[in-house]
Order: sequence, then structure tokens, then C-alpha cells
Amino acid sequence: MDNRTLLYEGSEWDFNHLRRVHDAIEEIAIGEMGLDVYRNQIEVITSDQMLDAYASFGMPLMYSHWSFGKRYSREALLYRKGAQSLAYELVINSDPCVAYVIEENSMTMQTLVIAHACFGHNHFFKNNYLFRQWTHAERVLDDLAYAKRFIAECEERYGMQAVERTLDAAHSLMSQGVSRYAPQRSVRSKDLAIKAESRRSHEEATYNDLWRTLPKTKESPDKDDDVEQQLAAAALRLPEENLLRFLSLHAPKLKDWQREVLDIVRKTAQYFYPQQQTQLMNEGCATFVHYQLMNRLHETGQVNDAAMLEFLHMHTAVVTQPDFDDQRFKGLNPYALGFAMMKDIERICQTPEPEDEEWFPEIAGRGDFMGVLRDAWADFRDESFVLQFLSPHLIRKMRLFAVRDETDSPHLSVEAIHDESGYREIRHRLAQQYDLSKRDPEIEVTEADLKGNRRLVLTHRVRDGKTLSSSTCNRVLRHVANLWGYRVRLIEVDADTGTTLNDYDAVALP
Amino acid sequence: MQVIDRRQNPKSKSLGNRQRFLRRIKSQIRKTVKDAIENRSVTDLDSGEKVSVTANEIGEPTFGFDGAQGSRNYVIPGNHNYQRGDRIRKPGGGSGSGSGGSPDGDGEDAFVFMLSRDEFLNLFFEDLELPNLAKRKLKSVASEKWSRAGYANDGSPQRLNKYQTMRRSLARRIALKRPRLDELNRLEAELEQAEARADAEEGHNEETERLARLIEETRDRMRAVPFLDPVDLRYNRFEQTPKPATQAVMFCLMDASASMTESLKDLAKRFFILLHLFLNRHYRSVELVFIRHTYTAAEVDEETFFHGRETGGTVVSSALEEMLRIIRERYPVQDWNIYAAQASDGHNFDHDMPRTIALLQREILDLCQYYAYIEVGEEESSYVSALWSGYSQLDAHPHFARATVLDPTEIYRVFHKLFASNRQAS
Repeated sequence: MDNRTLLYEGSEWDFNHLRRVHDAIEEIAIGEMGLDVYRNQIEVITSDQMLDAYASFGMPLMYSHWSFGKRYSREALLYRKGAQSLAYELVINSDPCVAYVIEENSMTMQTLVIAHACFGHNHFFKNNYLFRQWTHAERVLDDLAYAKRFIAECEERYGMQAVERTLDAAHSLMSQGVSRYAPQRSVRSKDLAIKAESRRSHEEATYNDLWRTLPKTKESPDKDDDVEQQLAAAALRLPEENLLRFLSLHAPKLKDWQREVLDIVRKTAQYFYPQQQTQLMNEGCATFVHYQLMNRLHETGQVNDAAMLEFLHMHTAVVTQPDFDDQRFKGLNPYALGFAMMKDIERICQTPEPEDEEWFPEIAGRGDFMGVLRDAWADFRDESFVLQFLSPHLIRKMRLFAVRDETDSPHLSVEAIHDESGYREIRHRLAQQYDLSKRDPEIEVTEADLKGNRRLVLTHRVRDGKTLSSSTCNRVLRHVANLWGYRVRLIEVDADTGTTLNDYDAVALP
Repeated sequence: MQVIDRRQNPKSKSLGNRQRFLRRIKSQIRKTVKDAIENRSVTDLDSGEKVSVTANEIGEPTFGFDGAQGSRNYVIPGNHNYQRGDRIRKPGGGSGSGSGGSPDGDGEDAFVFMLSRDEFLNLFFEDLELPNLAKRKLKSVASEKWSRAGYANDGSPQRLNKYQTMRRSLARRIALKRPRLDELNRLEAELEQAEARADAEEGHNEETERLARLIEETRDRMRAVPFLDPVDLRYNRFEQTPKPATQAVMFCLMDASASMTESLKDLAKRFFILLHLFLNRHYRSVELVFIRHTYTAAEVDEETFFHGRETGGTVVSSALEEMLRIIRERYPVQDWNIYAAQASDGHNFDHDMPRTIALLQREILDLCQYYAYIEVGEEESSYVSALWSGYSQLDAHPHFARATVLDPTEIYRVFHKLFASNRQAS
């Protein structure tokens, strides 16, 4: 244990301290823990600016929309009433990785934030396969700037209301706007816009009214309708789960700018999709990293006992997991579970018990827990991480149990507890709980008639009898109909039996 | 790594979004503002207002599960003694969602947020169809006074600022290297000595010539660069500024008899609020006196003023007498700017009219900066009230004005008419 000089004393921070702390942490994070991060950019902001950032999905730039104003109004009221405190930090998956720190924070808090965001989250963003596949850290900010400018131009050209209506509709379909498979490496939005523009001007230049007067070909009456429909469906690549993409490509009445607006919203949804799938791991990783780093700083004499106590106080608050019957219970705390699982991996690697040898033969007793964790952070998402690493030891420690809630039963039934026969069941069920594709309704475009009545049909495959809430369903459907331009139908079909449960219908406003 | 200080960046990036949001829910906010006017006191418009909007108007619907359908599985922490197969009674009598708190339930509460003071006032004035209060000037703001306002390049001679003028002159002389007077004197003295020496002994003509030449050059330079040039001149500049009268008192007079309904009082209240906001822009402090009357008058608090109701005849002069008494006791005319606004539905006993007119004409109008009478009514009618016809003989007085108001949207127009800047009030 080497005794170095203290990085800071007391709670006041200044820019010099921030730099020294960052460099000291970097030395440990990269030198000892083997983390791999984007360059860091720390930005000091005020609490008002933090509220601003909160309000627009936590992004530094965002196009304008009333819903961000609504969010801001809500956050501001809660914050000023003291009902809710601000997050200590905000970090953006970009290269360089931008982390916001609030000026009111004490120096220890800033140290914690730097460790947590600039190294924990940053490492996760850079290495996790979902982020690597789906997001482009180096151009996020460019894309956002483009979106902001494009929307503003549209407002100028087509009127604020028209843009607002399109955005409202697009936002309501955001969670149906992600592609869950096969990432598409798309060209930059800017280039796309240039292409669309040149295509439009080409059409304008070459338009000839004479073509309209050509006689129509007679359609053969005895063509098999079924075959034709199948062909049409194949051309549209049905079924399609990405509603926003389908509409932006095929909705007959949309203007070019509206298609681009849908694409902007779809890309935003897609950008956040990896974050939604890895919340447990991402927060767990950041929490584990800050815990390790702060302890190392203390061991090497770079922070004093007072700072360490302050840190532990905050850390404990973050990783508290109230029991299910506690008033404060709001579901599983991703910080707590994530941190606990990663500490558990450390334990399994260093001091395994016979049980662990049996459950985790690959890593038990391997010693190099950082290596195991780095691999886990890179190759898993919440669902697979739980499925792979939740140990009986931790299930017992947290006293996890599985219940089933049937709507029409007055009772919850306990289906598995932390015993020999329950471990696998609990692990399996908890993993499912983190599987986004099971959490969101499974809605697909199944039919689209582009020639006849132009009706669009969506199908919701209902699992476990969980049907859609009819009031919101009707309202979203109206949005869809307005984008599509014609009648839209949504059928709810039981995934197991194939029976139709509900049938919704909406027409476009003229 | 770099650290960037963004604290100086403009905050309220969300301001534009917030305005969009407010625009979207304008009709609801209007109602809130209207309610606020009814429930708040005349002076208390300085804070924001909490607005509650029901979710439907601003809900952002998404496809979500119906919380009351189907079955759900949860893994939750903190098992105490349950065994597999145990059944836990759901809290809340069996129906509703389970204790786990359905993660996909989509209950939306009413949305609550605060309007800032400015947002509130904007909407408040909008409701009154007030285009721009800032353009209005109150004519009767006491007196104007002259105050110094820097320097000017020209002006009348008595305003010449000698100090500033000399400073500039000196600076110019130094810059242009004008020889100083004592330098010339020294040269002349030297020349004198040199001439004396030249007289005494021959052969010093060179020195005298050099000095004479030098003196001539110096004089030329002094002539070329004048001691005082027109560009040096600076004059004191004066500006007329309104002399801020520091305090004003605003008398609110109202008929409180049964014929004044709540909605008539609301009309009156809006007028008083507007007057108060208006006076607040001109005076450091504005005091309010509420006088209500039936056949007798009394000073009351605001609550009683707007919400109490009595029956009985109407004697307007009683209120005027009460006002005079209060002025004499508490508001000496030399220290206070006095405003009065009388709101009434126009009723008065016939026998009281001469006295009312006399009081106004001989005493009150001369004490007041301005006396406004607004007659509130519920509908247009050809009936001319006692007060309206009686007050017609006061129209010539420069401090008096009157108008009728039938609907809240007219308030501002009436107010503007009464306080328009082209009205001649001394």
C-alpha cells in the first residue's frame, strides 16, 4: 500500500481538483482494472440546466416538442417542492463521453460521479455489444443537431401544428419503432436528406403531364386474389414489427418531410433501445466500478476517512433494496441487484463454495474477477446476464421469490422460493422480467392493402391474457390512422389459441 | 479529458418547449387563471399559480397493457416465510392490481405544475384582451423634474461645463504639443538676458537671433493650436424625468346592496385588480382602501368587500363622506396621490343625488388624481340609471371619467378608455 498525498480535503470543489481526481481515477481504472473508455468530457452545469437536460430525454440537444415542456414543468415542480432530488449525474453515450456534474455537489460527490459516469458507464457504453451494434457514439450529437435543425425548418415551412401532429403520432409509436433484430448500418441522416432532396427535384424536373393520359392496362379478372395478396405482402416484407419504419416507408399519403420526421423519432427510439435492455447491467457496472475505485483511492491514501464516510453514505442509499412489503418498495432496484450480482461474481471468482463450483464451473475460483466482469459487461444484456449469473447464493441472500398474479383471483400464488427446487425457476422468471420483447406488447403490421381499400391491419399477439388498455389503444390507433391516411384495424389474437379477443378500428381524420 | 464550465450557458433551454406546452393547454389554463382571479385578493397577483390539467388533454398515449387483464409473474425480494404453493391475499379486497404494483399499468394522474408570475400575468391580461400594458402612460403622474444626464456638445452658454471643457482643451493641447505659456515666458526672459549681454559685448547676435527665431516659432505654434477650441466645449445636459411620487392610495367604492350580484362584483373586482397592477407600475407603494355602502358606508377588508352582501337602500354620498373622512385622517393630499374607483349598478336614492354630486364636485374631485366611475350591468338596456344620468354633469371635470361594463372582456377596453394617455388630466 503506497501512501500518496490527498487529492482534496473538505467538500469544496474546483476545476483543479476535478482534473486531479479524474487523473488519479484514470490511473486505477485503466492501469489496475483494465477498463477501456472513450475520452471524457466533464461539463459543470447548474441544477436548472440539469432540469432542462432531464426534460429532453437527457440529451444535450433535442428537437422542440411540447411534451418536453410538459416533462420540464413536472420535473421542476417536483424538484422545487422537494419531492424529488436531482440525479447527481447524467452521462451521454457519445464519443467523447459527456458527463454532467452539478455545481452544488460536494467534492466527494463529484469524485463519485467521475468514477461512476466517466469510467463505469463510459466503459459499458464503449464495450457492450448492444451499444457497439446499435449506436454510433461518434455521431450521436451530429445526428441530434441535424434532427433539431430539420424539425425547426419543417415548422417554418409547414407550420408548427402540422409538425406537432406528426411528432405526436410518431412519439406514440416510439416503443413500436425499434427493430429488434439485425441492425441496419444506415448512412448518415444528413446524406439521406440530401438524397431525398435530389430525388424530389429530379421528379419535379422530369414530370410530364402527358403520362397521365396513357390508357390503363386491363387487369386480368381471373387472377388468384390470395396469391396476389401474398405477393404484395412479400413486397412490403410483412409482417413488420417496426411500425414507425413501415409507416415511413409505405404510408401512401405522407409527405417526404413527414417520413423524415418519423425516421428521426425512430432513430431516437433505436438509440435508447440498448439502454433499456441493459439498465440493470449498466447501472450495476457503474456502481461496481465506483465502489472499487473509491476503495482504491482510500487504500492508497488519496481520499481521507471523512470523504470515504460521505461516499459510503451515498453508496448505501443507492444500493438499498427494500423488501416487497416495505412501503418504499418500487420493484427491484437495478443499482442494488446489478451491484449485488457483480459483487457476487467477484466472490465466486475468489472464494467459491462447492455450490458455486457446481453452478459456475467456468469461473469459480478463477481469481481474475475483473476479467470475468469485463467479459460479462461486453457480451450480455440484462436478460441473458441474469440467466447466466444469478447464483443460488444471491437468491438466498435477497430472499427472492416468484409469485403469480391472476387478475380474477383474490390471491397471489407463490410459485417458487429460494430453495433447491426454486433457484432455476426464479432465475428463469427474473430473466424474462428483463426481456423487453416480452415486456412490450407484440404488435405487427400483418396486412396492408395498397391497391384496393388501403386498409392497414395490425395484429397484437396476446400472451397470458394481457390485452391492451382499450382507451389508450383507441387513441394510438387514431394516430396510426392519421399517418397511414386510411382506415386502420387492430386485432388482438391470443398467441396460443389463435382466437380473436378484440377488434379495434380507426379512421383517419380528413 | 477536459472539463468545461457550462454554467454560463443559457439555461431554460426548455423554455420554448414550455411555451408550446402552455399553448397546447391554453383553454385549461385560462380557466385556472379565471378561477384564480375570483379566489385571490386584489393585491396578490405577484406569485405564480398552480395549474392542474387532466391527463387526457396532454396524455401521450402508447400501446400498453390493460392492468386489469391477464396474469403476471413477478420475482420480488424479501420473502419471510412463504413456501411454494402458498397463497397471499391481495391487499385492497382482492380486486385491483397486486401488491407488486403492476409495472405495465397505465394510470395517469392529473398533471400538476406551476405557472410563473409572468406567465400568469400574460394570461391574465390576455383574458382581459390587453394587448400591451407597457405602452400605456398614466397622465397624472405627479410632476416632471429635470435631472442631469451627462454632457452635450452644444447648448446654451449658461450650461457650459467649465471643468469638462478645460479637461478636453488640456488633453488636446498636450496631444498637439502646444507650447506652454511659461515656456514662452522663459524664452522671452532668456532673450532679454541675451540682448542685454549683446548690448554689453559685441558678437552675441547669433544667440539673440536663435532665441528670437525660437520665440517666433513658439508663437506660431501657439496660434496654430488654440488654447480653447470649439471642439473642447462641453455643456451640461438635462433630461426631463417623471418625478416618482412614492405613494398612492386607491379607494375602492362599491354598492353592496342586494342588487350587486356576484358576477357584477366580479366585474368590479377585475377592474380594481387592473387598476392596482397599473398603479403599482408608477408608485413604490400603493395602499388599498375598501369602502362599501348601502345606506350607510363602512371601511371593510377585501374579503367582506367582495363577498359580503347586505340589503337596504342605497345612499352613495355615505361612501363619499367616509372616503373624505379617511383622507383627512390618514392620507394628507400633499403626501399621497389619491385615486378612486367607484363600481356600482347605478342605483341611488333620488333624494341623495344632489348631495352626491355636490360632494364630488366641491371636494373629492379636487383631492383626487383621478376618479373613475364604472357602471356594471348584466345586459344592454336603454334604461339610464340614477347615477349615470346624475354624473353627466361631472363630465367636464378633468379628473373624472365614467364608463359602463357588461362583460369581462370589455374590462380592458374600458380601462384603457378611462386611462388613455390622450386624456387630459392636469
